[in-house]
Formats: sequence, structure tokens, C-alpha cells
Amino acid sequence: MNNLAKTFENRRNMKSKYKGSRNKTVITSAKIDVPKGLYEKCPTCKETVQMKNTIENMFICKSCGEHFRVRSIDRLKITVDSGTFVEKGHGYITLNPLFQDGYEEKISDYKEKTKLDEAYIYGYAEINGAPTVIGIMDSYFLMGSMGSVVGEKVTKSFEYAIYKRLPIIIFTASGGARMQEGIFSLMQMAKTSQAVLKHSQKGLLYISVITNPTTGGVTASFASLGDIILAEPNALIGFAGPRVIEQTINQKLPEGFQRSEFMEEKGFIDKVVNRQDLKDVLSKLLFLHRRVQ
Amino acid sequence: MNILDKERKVRELESKIKGLGNKEMSDRLKQEIENYKQTAMTNLTPWDRVLLARHQNRPTAKEYIEYICEDFIELKGDRLFRDDKAIIGGIGTINGNVVTIIAQQKGKSLDENLKRNFAMPHPEGYRKALRLMKQAEKFRRPIITLIDTPGAYPGLEAEERGQGEAIARNLLEMSNLTVPTIAVVIGEGGSGGALALGVTNTVVMLENAIYSILSPEGYATILLKDVTLASEVAEAMKLTSYDLEEFGIIDRIVKEPLGGAHFDRILTFQNTKKVILEELYKLRKLTGEELRDTRMKKYREFGFFQRFNYDNL
Repeated sequence: MNNLAKTFENRRNMKSKYKGSRNKTVITSAKIDVPKGLYEKCPTCKETVQMKNTIENMFICKSCGEHFRVRSIDRLKITVDSGTFVEKGHGYITLNPLFQDGYEEKISDYKEKTKLDEAYIYGYAEINGAPTVIGIMDSYFLMGSMGSVVGEKVTKSFEYAIYKRLPIIIFTASGGARMQEGIFSLMQMAKTSQAVLKHSQKGLLYISVITNPTTGGVTASFASLGDIILAEPNALIGFAGPRVIEQTINQKLPEGFQRSEFMEEKGFIDKVVNRQDLKDVLSKLLFLHRRVQ
Repeated sequence: MNILDKERKVRELESKIKGLGNKEMSDRLKQEIENYKQTAMTNLTPWDRVLLARHQNRPTAKEYIEYICEDFIELKGDRLFRDDKAIIGGIGTINGNVVTIIAQQKGKSLDENLKRNFAMPHPEGYRKALRLMKQAEKFRRPIITLIDTPGAYPGLEAEERGQGEAIARNLLEMSNLTVPTIAVVIGEGGSGGALALGVTNTVVMLENAIYSILSPEGYATILLKDVTLASEVAEAMKLTSYDLEEFGIIDRIVKEPLGGAHFDRILTFQNTKKVILEELYKLRKLTGEELRDTRMKKYREFGFFQRFNYDNL
């Protein structure tokens, strides 16, 4: 007991000591981001919607049910039990391995804009009381592209889950591998796939939740390798982007191509789940996979 | 003046030799060509290497296999949908060592290229590759992959059949193999389509091959919105064998003759065979577990970033 108290004391000291030393991404600083206007036009149904209502409705358009893109922090708020999220793996710094012009400025811009270190956060959380590791990609940070840091953090989140013997849930939203980091980004695909393998070999559950949009190197690595793959309605899922395909085959793509419902029909997704039901479905799945002593 | 112009000039001079009856004159011309090659065809720019990697006459995977293997039996089909001609695979022997070879095959003519889909595999190609790899593991055969593709095919049907899933599954299963695996990038190594055959113990690359996250054209279009800048961004992309060796992404470079592999095919094949055999004997000494662990460890290390520990702050 004494020991435990000491550990907590130490941890508290550590926390206060390093309080200002990193970008805060923890949920404590998260107020749900209200976009600039009070009213916004839904891009799908062109209806003017009141932002406040939309936010209360989990970022779903009230008139047409379009699922808007969600910041990682808001995603946490609507998915995990409040107050249970503990962020892990901070302090990574993105470098510029190929000395690309303007890449560093771009990163620092996005850091300021999104208040995130990188396009991925992960940590421990509970969903309706079920403990899990949760990882979330943020498409607002350079299109959620996977560079060295994102690849490393994804790998680390799997390793953390192995260490804690916990299931892992990853929300993917990404344009693919990050072009600016060249071949290093490409290698992250292999690295993250291996992480899935190691986690899987321990007999642990990995749920991949695909959100709009998930394309390129992320689809071609850990996003497609979940034991269970869920997707939000009408999310773009694919390896090549629609524009590239149109250019290659020289014809217009059919309506709904590469969307969740389409991919579900083709057999690449287990279930398309509405955002309102997502938390329940996840907690149910976690419950069904709990370890029986 | 890029490498293709230089090559044209060499070819012109060579055609002149044929017309000459005089031995002394032709010897002098030959010497001249040799000198020209020495001065003009060393120190290639990255864009030159891109052009060479895509060269019309560059030897394709089949030619390598024909030379390297004493016998080769092609095995077809993924058992699920159909046989993808962009990827060929089979069993062969190299100096008596039985190996499974999987390769991306470009065509020599337009007709063949249409048949081979310009070496851009569909998902079934990757699933065929995976099937052959699993088979190789069962019979404890080493696996050699020859990579030469502009990328996985970005088409409608490819998407319908799960291009992303097929590549992802290959990445995962290749990491888990317990037999020696060697990848040789013989031409273009384009993006995920190349990596799906490239998660191996040893990655070898021909001197003038390229390996990158996407084509220089794609890169120029996406980041600079101007496709004509492709030749300039090739420099910045660091896609040549020497850059990648420096990064530690590839393990070894196979030297090519001056002016590219197609100037002296046999020499290229010999060099490649020698390197493959050397690497194979090195990997043979390891057990299955060791092979898997070293491979995993190697790929775990890739990445270029910094992390501040709390203690360092």
C-alpha cells in the first residue's frame, strides 16, 4: 500500500514538473470545437444546419444523416467514457528526412491549428466500462497522412496493447502515406502491418473503424487488417483515390463507388455502423471478447 | 542532355562501325565510343536513373529468371478468381538451390504490355504471390522476388476486389515467413505495389533501379501541381539505389554496366546471380525463427523522427 501511494506521488510530481513541456492533446483541454459560423451548409444536402444542433447530434447532419469529419478530440468525447482517457506516446518530433522545402513550416502550422503533435493519438480508455487501447487518426492534420511519427505511434499503440494485454480500437482517417517523407513513409506500411501481426499472435482483439476518408497506404496496411472491420456510413474507403481511378480508366465512376456500403457489399467490411450506435457496438464487441478466467 | 540522348549518340556511332570495312578505323571508333561512355555515362542524375529504370530495352523479370535459373516451372493462379499476368511465379533452381521465384513482369511490346497490364498487378496477383509464398514455406524453399512495377493497378475492378486488403495481407504474411526471403528491385519499385513483394530479409537493388513512394510525375502533380517538374523533383525524392542504401532501406546494390543494364545483359544477370547466391548462403545459416525475428526487427526500426524522453527535457 505504501509503495503504491509512493508511485502515485511520484507520478503526480512528474506530471507537474513537465506540465508545460509538450503540446497538450489530452482531453482536458477539449471543448467541442464550434466552427466559425453558427450556421453551416451541409455539403451533401445543401441544407443550412445549425452547428450547435449538429454537434449535439454527434456531428451528423440532422436533415440528411451525413456524417461529418470529426476531430480526434471530439471523437474521443463521443466514443469513450468521460474522464477515462489517458494519452500515451507523446513527445514525438516530426523531422524532415528528405529536406523538402516548406515541410517543417507546414507541420508547425498544423500543430498550431490543431493543437496536436501529429495526426495520430492513442492511449488507454474505457468504453462503457470495458478497458481498451484506443487510437485515433486526425484527418485535420495534413490529411491524416502517415509519416514516420504516425507510423511509429501506431506501432507503439499496438505494443502498448500487447504490454497491457488489452484489445485495441483504431479509428482510421487518412489520405495515405505522407509524400514529403518519401520512402520512410512507405516503410511505415510494413512496420504497422507487423505490429498488427504481433498483437494478433498474442490472441488479442483488434477492431478497425474506418471513417471518412481512408485511402492509400493506410488502407493498404493496418486499416484492412482488423479482426473486425467496422465503417461509418458513406465513408470513402479505397487504395487509389477516385480521381486517379477516373484518370486511369477514362470514365466516370458509378455513384457510391468506394463508399462503405459498397465495400460492405463487396465483402471487405464487417458492418457499417451509424455514429450514434458506434459506442454501443464497440462496447458489445469488447464485452464479447473479454477474457474469461 | 539526358541519358537517352546520350544513348542515341552511342547507338549512332555504333551503327557507323558496321558500315566500316577498315579494321583500324573501326577499332578507333570503338575506342571513341568507350571514351564517350566513360565520360558521359558516369555520374548519372536521379532523373537519368528514372529513365533507365523505365527503359524500353531494360531486361524484364523473365529474362533474369531464364538466365539465373537452370530450370523454372511457372505456377499460375490465385485459386480464388483468376491468374494475373502482371505477376509471374514458380519454382526454379539456382546453382542447385531450389527456390520459389515471384516477379512482376513488364512486357516487351505493346501487345505483351497490354496482356501484362504494364506490370501493374491486380489484387489476384498479390494473392497468387501470397499463395506461392505459403507454399514455399511449407516446403522450406527460400523465396526470391523480383520487383519491377509502376505500382498496384488503380482501376475500378482492382478496387472492387480489395487492392488495399490484398497488399496489407501480403505485408503482414511476408513478415511472418520462416524461410529466407530476398527481394531484388530490377527496375521500377513503385509504392505499395512494390512493397507488397518487398518485405524481405534482404533487399537488393540494381544500380539504376528506383524505389519510391510514388512516381516523380505523381509527386510533382500532388505537391507542386505541375507535372512538367517531374525531372526536377526526382532529385528531391531520393529514389536512387545509392540514396536508399545510405538510408539503410536496402542492403545491397548490384552494379550495372555503363549506360544501363541493357548495354550488357549477360553481365547484369551474372552480377545479379552472384549477389543473390551470396545473400542466400548468408541467410541459409539462420533458423526459421531467427529469420522472422531479424526481419521484423529490421522493419521495426524504419522511420526518421525524434522523441524527447521526459528525462531529456
